[in-house]
Amino acid sequence: MRDTTTAPVISAQGLNLTFQTNDGPVHALKDVTLDIAKGEFVSFIGPSGCGKTTFLRVIADLEQPSSGTITVNGMTPEAARKARAYGYVFQAAGLYPWRTIAGNVKLPLEIMGYSKADQQARVEKVLELVELSGFARKFPWQLSGGMQQRASIARALAFDADILLMDEPFGALDEIVRDRLNEQLLALWARTEKTIGFVTHSIPEAVYLSTKIVVMSPRPGRITDIIDSPLPRERPLDIRDSPEFIEISHRVREGLRAGHLDD
Amino acid sequence: MRNLFPVLIVTAFLIALWYAAVIPMNAQWAQDQARRAGQDLSFSALVADTMRQQRPRLPAPHQVAGELWNSTVVEEMTGRRGWWNTGSLSNRSLIYHGWVTLSATLLGFAIGSALGIALAVGIVHNRAMDASVMPWAIASQTIPILAIAPMIIVVLNAVGVTGLIPKAIISTYLSFFPVVVGMVKGLRAPDQMQLDLMKTYSATGGQVFAKLRWPSAMPYLFASLKVAIAAALVGAIVAELPTGAVAGLGARLLSGSYYGQTVQIWSALFAAAILAASMVAIIGLIQRVTLRRMGMAA
Repeated sequence: MRDTTTAPVISAQGLNLTFQTNDGPVHALKDVTLDIAKGEFVSFIGPSGCGKTTFLRVIADLEQPSSGTITVNGMTPEAARKARAYGYVFQAAGLYPWRTIAGNVKLPLEIMGYSKADQQARVEKVLELVELSGFARKFPWQLSGGMQQRASIARALAFDADILLMDEPFGALDEIVRDRLNEQLLALWARTEKTIGFVTHSIPEAVYLSTKIVVMSPRPGRITDIIDSPLPRERPLDIRDSPEFIEISHRVREGLRAGHLDD
Repeated sequence: MRNLFPVLIVTAFLIALWYAAVIPMNAQWAQDQARRAGQDLSFSALVADTMRQQRPRLPAPHQVAGELWNSTVVEEMTGRRGWWNTGSLSNRSLIYHGWVTLSATLLGFAIGSALGIALAVGIVHNRAMDASVMPWAIASQTIPILAIAPMIIVVLNAVGVTGLIPKAIISTYLSFFPVVVGMVKGLRAPDQMQLDLMKTYSATGGQVFAKLRWPSAMPYLFASLKVAIAAALVGAIVAELPTGAVAGLGARLLSGSYYGQTVQIWSALFAAAILAASMVAIIGLIQRVTLRRMGMAA
């Protein structure tokens, strides 16, 4: 299904990260080893404090590992960040209230020094991609929460990064909006062929979206199971009633439970 | 217009209270005068007299309003030294004195705001300034301005700086502080997520400032500018008091108190209040226009 002979896009070997807090050191990541190939959709799932967000932030060079190695596109995370290798979508849309939707999407392009004409073309392209074409001139407060999050995805897509890192992007949205956004995200992934790292709390969301599911558990944050999904890339919403889907969901649930039994 | 009604009610109430206070405050003098003349004052005559004394303890509202009118429009349009007859403002008019104070206020406000913004930018971006500047800024405001104003004026006078500049410096002294405090808060308003987002773009410090910190600070800036301009006016007036200044609202207050001209004092006070309110209103207007254009309805 995938070309696994090429070098992985993201490769972590024996990654450890310890935060020093007032209550002593917190082992946020312990011995995390993971390869992500080009074009994969990888979900990180686990309870709070399992290090899934921390791992995503290490990839993005927002946190520094204490030990171990990690490469992104064959570079250090810092070099990858400076080479604009990834777009990052946060839990909250975090749109600037003083910019229109188009202005918000334009923000990274302005910072990265794209030409005015190029900026305009790219904004139109990505807004069309997230189905917000008619809302370019609206301000964020005029949009619903789901639309705002779509705009923030457009912002992360505007400059051609191969990797899209998403930290619980739909966590604050209701289930109905979430289903629709999941569907749109899959379509977008199919069109853009990006490598996606996706942090979530939701088992159905992880199973529905991913080609690879990384189950993590807390104290210390570590990987307890890596599941390569046998589901086809083309996934209608009702695939969630299929036996394969239920079986993977079951395995994820077992993995999460096993992590908790260790406490 | 809907919120005009309560404002008018409160204003009417205050004016009524003022009139009520005028009678007991000025009654003593009216009765003394009547006794000296061997007359007996009826209550209505007493009330009428308290409202029209030359040098009342507390002038009545209509006396202050009349003085304001006479020393502005009437003086400039019909006075011998007025603008209508001479082409320049009369030194007996509140417009002239108001302008003298206003020019120092505006200069001091401009310098103070620029200084305040510059200090805030330094505090937010430089660790050493963050640790060192704020305590000094706070300490500077604990010194009574009345104590330090004469010294500033005397010292500047000694080095040959007179006129507008010393007053503007005292305005600056009072007006930079709210701007520093407000802008430090405003420039730090962006949360960690927004700063992280900038980092994922590998944005430079200058870009983070221009595209994130500065726009985030706008609402804070306008709030502190409103405080600052009122403080700048107080500074300019205070600066006119200890120097024997011959022009300015402060000078009017001072000469009024020398000669017991209470009506003059009160009209100068009201001129200052009207000036302050107008300047705050102008900043409020700029704020509304700016924030609306930024999509932040305020």
